[in-house]
Amino acid sequence: MKRVATIARHTFKEAVRDKVLYNLIVFALLMIGSAILFSSISVGIQRIIVVDLGLSSISVFGLIMAIFIGIGLVAKEIDRRTIYNVLSKPVRRFEFIIGKYLGLLLTLVINTAIMTAGFYAALFYQTRRLGLEDLAPLATIYFILLQLAMVVSLAIFFSTISTPILSAVFTFSIYVIGHFLSEMRWLGQTTGSGVVKGAVAALYYLLPNFSNFDFITQTAHGERISGLLLTSNSLYALLYVTILISASILVFEERELR
Amino acid sequence: MTSRGASVSKWLSPRRLCWPILVAGFASMFVVQTQIDLERGTYAQIADVLYIPNATILRRLALGNEGLLADIYWTRVVQYFGRKHLEHTEGMYKYKLLAPLLRITTDLDPHLLIAYRFGAIFLMAKPPEGAGQPEAALQFLRRGIVANPDYWRLWQDLGFVYYWELKDYKMAAKIFAVGSERPGAEYWMKALAGTVAAKAGDIQTSRFLWSEIYRHAETDDVRRTAEDHLAALAAAEEIEKLNQLLGVYQQKTGREAHWFYELYAAGLLRGVPRDPSGEPFVIGPDGRTALGPNSRVNLRLLQ
Amino acid sequence: MLAVETTGLTKDYSVGFWRKRPRRVLHDLSLRVERGEVFGLLGPNGAGKTTTLKILLRLVFPTSGTARILGKELDDVTTHERMGFLPENPSFYDYLTAEEFLHYAGDLFGLAASETRRRAGRLLEQVGLRDSRNVPLRKFSKGMLQRVGLAQALINEPELVFLDEPMSGLDPLGRREVRDLILGLREKGITVFFSTHILSDAEMLCDRVAILNRGRMLGCGELREMLELGVASTEIVIETRNSALLDRVGSYGTMVRTGERVRVQVPKESDVSAVLGIVLGSGARIVSVIPVKMSLEDYFLAQVAESAAKPEGTESLAAAGGQK
Repeated sequence: MKRVATIARHTFKEAVRDKVLYNLIVFALLMIGSAILFSSISVGIQRIIVVDLGLSSISVFGLIMAIFIGIGLVAKEIDRRTIYNVLSKPVRRFEFIIGKYLGLLLTLVINTAIMTAGFYAALFYQTRRLGLEDLAPLATIYFILLQLAMVVSLAIFFSTISTPILSAVFTFSIYVIGHFLSEMRWLGQTTGSGVVKGAVAALYYLLPNFSNFDFITQTAHGERISGLLLTSNSLYALLYVTILISASILVFEERELR
Repeated sequence: MTSRGASVSKWLSPRRLCWPILVAGFASMFVVQTQIDLERGTYAQIADVLYIPNATILRRLALGNEGLLADIYWTRVVQYFGRKHLEHTEGMYKYKLLAPLLRITTDLDPHLLIAYRFGAIFLMAKPPEGAGQPEAALQFLRRGIVANPDYWRLWQDLGFVYYWELKDYKMAAKIFAVGSERPGAEYWMKALAGTVAAKAGDIQTSRFLWSEIYRHAETDDVRRTAEDHLAALAAAEEIEKLNQLLGVYQQKTGREAHWFYELYAAGLLRGVPRDPSGEPFVIGPDGRTALGPNSRVNLRLLQ
Repeated sequence: MLAVETTGLTKDYSVGFWRKRPRRVLHDLSLRVERGEVFGLLGPNGAGKTTTLKILLRLVFPTSGTARILGKELDDVTTHERMGFLPENPSFYDYLTAEEFLHYAGDLFGLAASETRRRAGRLLEQVGLRDSRNVPLRKFSKGMLQRVGLAQALINEPELVFLDEPMSGLDPLGRREVRDLILGLREKGITVFFSTHILSDAEMLCDRVAILNRGRMLGCGELREMLELGVASTEIVIETRNSALLDRVGSYGTMVRTGERVRVQVPKESDVSAVLGIVLGSGARIVSVIPVKMSLEDYFLAQVAESAAKPEGTESLAAAGGQK
């Protein structure tokens, strides 16, 4: 347990010292700020634009960060053999995986918090007041964070089986596919073939369904997330992360570090 | 020899723990996902389409990818239509989002011809086949022609809306005439202009136009509706002929027929007449030809 | 209790993308390392030295065979508490300072923070990095990285230290320092197991060595014994200008002339008397006659030539003695 905490702490330290991460945060904040510019050209829907663009920025940059640190701090470490330093100590392989994940998760939470602060600053600047209804986007941001937690666990999983670049590509691809699972399933249902229907349905339940967490447009229009959906999605993310981490551990226990 | 994370006891090795976690995880996820689907059903995956953004803003945000965005919206149009089509709601508001969706798509890419053609057919068609908004169809097509003045088929579609839905044969003839001058226009456009002007709406012309649509259909929905219309037209023609025969039968025998078999027995028919969907015609209580109960032909399309 | 003991360690790697063909990189390796000695694993690049080390450190898993470290089986990860490891061409965390890196290492061993601090400070002093302790590792030169690597290998005061090519990339000063460090470890009773392809280093440091080539062990034992296996050649230095004499002498061995002085290396012991006779007979002056003991390099080259002479197939049969 202590070792897991050590690895987590160290991973966090390593992540926050990376200049690229700082650049990404700055860009994210810039994007959020630019939402204000955009809103000025669309009369009547200023708030919608700011929320829409702001949340989308958090989502996009969060994704870039998640993939970047996931690959940079795990795939690269395995690839560049920095990991020898760790595994030659009395550290079990599963401790490495779990420690890495927790460290990365902490980094993501902190970064998202910073971007959220920027978001609310932009919102305040735009609407000149912040009321209780402005708390609603917090739930949406929480959903984004759940997505990022899943992305990072995907990155770790692919890091255990593949090179840094390929891991990044795979992670990103699954993220994209995971957004279109509903469409895929709808298409599958409209075909005649039972085999296709079955295969598509299986994929729908096996692949991570990122669209479960998409709520940005709705939030921009003032819709609220129900408590039931909050719990269900949290449970889903927790389950999927557990699955991916377990799979990573399984692979990593047997992985040879040439 | 493989690694076993030596912990408290070899029984609790990561391998032994992880496999059941994987299995249990996926099983639970199935349950949770179903719950989420139910919950989100109220928000509906495609319901975000309800929030039609302003087209100008969308163009600006597209950052050069308008074509891509247009394509995405086009797939949404098809999905939306397909979904709504399967629903059993009736009424004018079944496809209320079709027009705005098409509008955004063509705002993003004014040269997306397939959208105009699709829109023409399904905006003009009466519910539950389409949105029942022929005026919207006209407007939409006119915008398409402005953006693509040389594409003669848009003229064909515009004329068709006047012809089929609005039954304004004069306008239709005029438009067919103009369209026949466009580059690439096929020879029959000119002939059509003449026929429509002279004979107003007749089955031959309608059949021709619908089969043109069928042959050049680029989406399954359009093909399907063209098929349905052609079937209805063929059935209507058949029904006319059969009614004539019924008249002949009555004159000959002095009785009203109740079954087509009687006409067959009288030598007026060579077999039991079937409609384009393969179901036999029947004689209705009013003594006139009607579609069988299992017929898949939809005569309401001809209204 | 032996420090390290391997029995029949064999490793196959699967090569190829579609049809996996196994490539054997270690054949049936059996060696023993006594406690408190400096043991050298020698061989050219690609001999399997690093593979052996990785197997012992559980980074790679053997295809067959067993090994024990400090009396414990290989799969016992707690043995690592008593071990240290310096990998070849180590790469570290760019953004940590030397001090932070050692603290991390100590933390991973479960040492108390204060203890870690104390030891880190002492070790950095020992490897001469005290002034660079707050410098990020990415600014370190190769030699400095090697030294920090040694420090982290020793942070837990191990009983057994594994070093993979510890001298690689170091300048002569650095190599001397590492050599002194290793000798210092031996004095403290710590077992040192290091691999190298630089035989002179091994000659200077090792008590016992094992020689690997292409995955096979060509010899293992006390260095002294192996090198006393014969005189390599005899070096005779004479002074003469007599070219006729030199022609006759030249047929017995290689010659190097520097002005009047001629060095002749006579490989065969039996020829020495013949050469001496010829020289004495001509009246030339004999400056010195020195038997040159075989160096480890000579021994190694001889072994390699011998094994190369035998075709691959027969060798494995003989070595395996019926095993698969």
